[in-house]
Amino acid sequence: MIERKDVEHVARLTRLALSDAELERMREQLNSILAHLDTLRAVPTEGVEPTSHAVDVVNVMRDDTEGPCLSQADALANAPDPSGELFRVPRIIEE
Amino acid sequence: MYRPIHELTDAYRRGDLTPTAVAEDYLARIGKLDGKVGAYLTVVHDQALAAARESELRWRAGSPRGPLDGAPIAVKDVLCTAGVRTTCGSKMLERFVPPFDATTVERLRAAGAVILGKTNLDEFAMGSSTEHSAYHPTRNPWDLTRVPGGSSGGSAAAVAGGLAAGAYGSDTGGSIRQPAAFCGVVGMKPTYGRVSRYGLVALASSLDQIGPFAQDVTDAALLLGAVAGHDPRDATSIEAPVPDYAAELTKGVAGLTLGLPDEYFPDGMDLDVERAVRQGIEVLKGLGAKIERVSLPTTPHALAAYYVILPAEASSNLARYDGVKYGLRVAGRDLIDMESRTRSAGFGAEVKRRIMLGTYVLSAGYYDAYYGKAQSVRTLVRREFAAAFAKVDLIVAPTTPNVPFKHGEKQDPLSMYLNDVFTIPGNLSGIPGLSVPCGFSAAGLPIGLQLLGRPLDEARVLRAAYAYEQATSWRSRRPELT
Amino acid sequence: MNPATTKYETVIGLEVHAQLLTRSKMFCGCPTTFGARPNTQTCPVCLGMPGSLPVVNRRAVEFGIRTALAFGCRVNDACRFARKHYYYPDMPKNYQISQYEEPLAENGALEIEAEGGTRTIGIQRLHLEEDVGKLLHEGTLETAQASLVDFNRSGVPLMETVSRPELRSPEEAAAYLRAFRAVLIFLGVCDGNMEEGSLRCDANISIRPRGSTTLGTKVEIKNLNSFRNVQHALEFEERRQAQALDAGERIVQETRLWDADRGYTRSMRSKEFAHDYRYFPEPDLVPLQIDRRWVEEIKASLPELPRAWRRRAVAQYGLPPYDAEVLTQSRALVDYYEAALREWSPASGAGAERPKILSNWIMSELLRVLPGDDERAIAASPIPPARLVGLLRLIENATISGKIAKDVFQKMFDTGDDARTIVERDGLTQVADEGALGQVIESVMAANPKAIEDYRRGKKEAKGALVGQVMKATRGKANPAL
Ligand SMILES: [Mg+2]
Ligand SMILES: [Zn+2]
Repeated sequence: MIERKDVEHVARLTRLALSDAELERMREQLNSILAHLDTLRAVPTEGVEPTSHAVDVVNVMRDDTEGPCLSQADALANAPDPSGELFRVPRIIEE
Repeated sequence: MYRPIHELTDAYRRGDLTPTAVAEDYLARIGKLDGKVGAYLTVVHDQALAAARESELRWRAGSPRGPLDGAPIAVKDVLCTAGVRTTCGSKMLERFVPPFDATTVERLRAAGAVILGKTNLDEFAMGSSTEHSAYHPTRNPWDLTRVPGGSSGGSAAAVAGGLAAGAYGSDTGGSIRQPAAFCGVVGMKPTYGRVSRYGLVALASSLDQIGPFAQDVTDAALLLGAVAGHDPRDATSIEAPVPDYAAELTKGVAGLTLGLPDEYFPDGMDLDVERAVRQGIEVLKGLGAKIERVSLPTTPHALAAYYVILPAEASSNLARYDGVKYGLRVAGRDLIDMESRTRSAGFGAEVKRRIMLGTYVLSAGYYDAYYGKAQSVRTLVRREFAAAFAKVDLIVAPTTPNVPFKHGEKQDPLSMYLNDVFTIPGNLSGIPGLSVPCGFSAAGLPIGLQLLGRPLDEARVLRAAYAYEQATSWRSRRPELT
Repeated sequence: MNPATTKYETVIGLEVHAQLLTRSKMFCGCPTTFGARPNTQTCPVCLGMPGSLPVVNRRAVEFGIRTALAFGCRVNDACRFARKHYYYPDMPKNYQISQYEEPLAENGALEIEAEGGTRTIGIQRLHLEEDVGKLLHEGTLETAQASLVDFNRSGVPLMETVSRPELRSPEEAAAYLRAFRAVLIFLGVCDGNMEEGSLRCDANISIRPRGSTTLGTKVEIKNLNSFRNVQHALEFEERRQAQALDAGERIVQETRLWDADRGYTRSMRSKEFAHDYRYFPEPDLVPLQIDRRWVEEIKASLPELPRAWRRRAVAQYGLPPYDAEVLTQSRALVDYYEAALREWSPASGAGAERPKILSNWIMSELLRVLPGDDERAIAASPIPPARLVGLLRLIENATISGKIAKDVFQKMFDTGDDARTIVERDGLTQVADEGALGQVIESVMAANPKAIEDYRRGKKEAKGALVGQVMKATRGKANPAL
């Protein structure tokens, strides 16, 4: 069972501001989903190596050659708050 | 006018039709009917006509670029299109205009295809009903009160409703095959790595794969062939030659062994679906295929493994949407406040739920219990398919356990997730899968037959689907849209 | 010696991030050139745009292996990339592609020259990752109302090397960094430019009562971007922790930032808010299986490293270890020395003292006017090796005295002329013919009868006085040998 404080911690980790109501609903839904996910415990997997890729491709590398860049204008075109040649963000307060 | 692409191009060749006339007709039909269906998020009217005119010149000069030249198609709005907004069905990317084309889009343009627009989806491809688009739901052309399936519901509905001759979607847990089944069209998820993911906005990187929606199997073969093949920009794309899928179609199923997995016919599945699928299997038998029972015992656990892996990867892939570089920004007191407000306002409920779930299962102390465990279960699923394919050439099963449901019918997340039980194992193991129409429910709703093949064996999957399609007449039925 | 270290023992480990000298970035083709206009060296990949995918730069892996071999690390047969998650606006995807459980290489060592002579410091691991962008603050980080991001540096290849906690003093830490930097420069994998951030250092430091075997609480110090900063920051921290323990306080595990201007470390982040990085294998990249043949090829191509050169210089040239240490602060300086030595003693038969004379002149004169660790400056010295040798030849054949040679050196440096030209132009050749000198000496003796008396009586120092008089009269051009 995950508790309210766990939900708050996870929300902080992933930068979501959730209202009290959302936190509560999230807690209930996560618990019901996790209850289902916990059925995985029943599967015997001792000595079974994990699969992180569906294909068995390895050693894909590129040559160290320069490719085209975006123009500065294109790089900044989608910026919500461009400032001259840069991306602007509000003041940073360390956690 | 609403015929498969291969028939359109035959007509172009004969001069009975022109790409421009066809594009204009599709655009007019979209203008007239898409208000009801809601298949599109963006229609690129002028671009489409320009592309159609160029195609027309090539056909006139007798030098078309290939079987897709002048084909009016639609692409799911998770595929980046240079200069055309790519929203992923989310408020987060409402104004995001990519400076580049996805490899798939690039190859379609090179093939002379006429892109009509970007189709609707569940936000960031998270869903099985296309009800959870931040813009509007998409409706099933067979019954507008029902869902088209998802997450690629817009592409499926567009092809079913005659709003595009063919379309592309992405399939992470069934997002092509399930809506194809729900909309009575052909939909295929190729082998993971067969089609480049470059320019596909990621949901779960190790599961996502791009594939076609088509009016028939021949078109599916052509649409897949046009975009398949290695791409140096995608490190997970497979370096293997692309066969001429269309040329392989007519080889038939005589002599092929089809595996029938017990686990894909659980108690309590929709009776119409079971009946239609079993009849379909009889048809294949009649065509000379051998049917053999196979067992995939881990199947019941695939769903749980999937709902660990998918949210984990999604929570990571969606971390970049923070209001700094592109997309939505909601002002805040400071950086963290801005980012948190932006993400809370930009993401819908289901996306937030999966981000939270994924962040939780990856967080300190839970990795082994969830992610690590799920990846091991994934190995078991792969092994079981490998063992089965040592005995059989293809696996035949239902695409979905049920028929299209009504809008708003599935409120509880878990019951929604259950839509994908038969398609998820194909993504976990990376094998190719296809859904072909195999009948209708008593209420006249489409049902899909799923064919699964060995890695990179798309040709055989398509060939069996073609044999089945030619032996049946389901594709002659079309929804009435007026 | 710091009072703290008498009562407590210091334990330091260094984490060094080195930018690799590749043409393009770690996962995309953007150039890595320093100092370009902001946001002109980016692409969808290094801006973390939706749909973009990374592809590993082979050269970066090669440089990693090269460095690993130089430190005697074990290059792992298989390694993989992982995603490291935390939110920071200079990191476009809000995760860094790094290596976690399966790094490129492990278990090496680096020899450093410390007070106690040569010490071997263990290297725990070496892995590859991508750099982040650059944050500019409107004012200082604390007072700034906004910050600005330049993503040119985003995605530049970084090699992170973690030492074992085996450094026992700030001096040793600085020595480690110097030796480390020299190796990278000799390998040609990093330019070692700390001002431009090509080499960055974080330190973990803890203190414990002498004799204690358990480690004290460690504090991480960030932002140590020069040898001086490393030493000063660690000295400050050593003192701060000692005073805290003396006052009966406990050390908080935290990350502190070194403020070079104010000369103190301040808390950035305490353990309570420690990041939960949620590492998991990067699904967009496939594992690397390092081909042994490749490793052997790289091993065979390794250049002579500082340590080997120092040994050779001591054995072959008879240089004192100290001189050899000074000369190996950069590849260019060693090249300069070698070139000059080749020029001066081709058959190295004559002049056994030449190697030492040469290092004396380089250390006392060349390094007085040029920074020895600046590759570019040394390579472009206005006094090339051959010209320095030209000057030394003039001393050797008694054309000028060593004293005058120092002035000539400065003139050569200022004007770029060679030694002979300057000596002739300014008429600095020694008065070497005995006739001319004889007259000078007689007049000097005539003017100093008393000194001669003393000398005859056996007061040896009187001779010195006389010689001094002669030199004075010849403005130092007399050859004392006569
Ligand atoms: Mg690092
Ligand atoms: Zn780039």
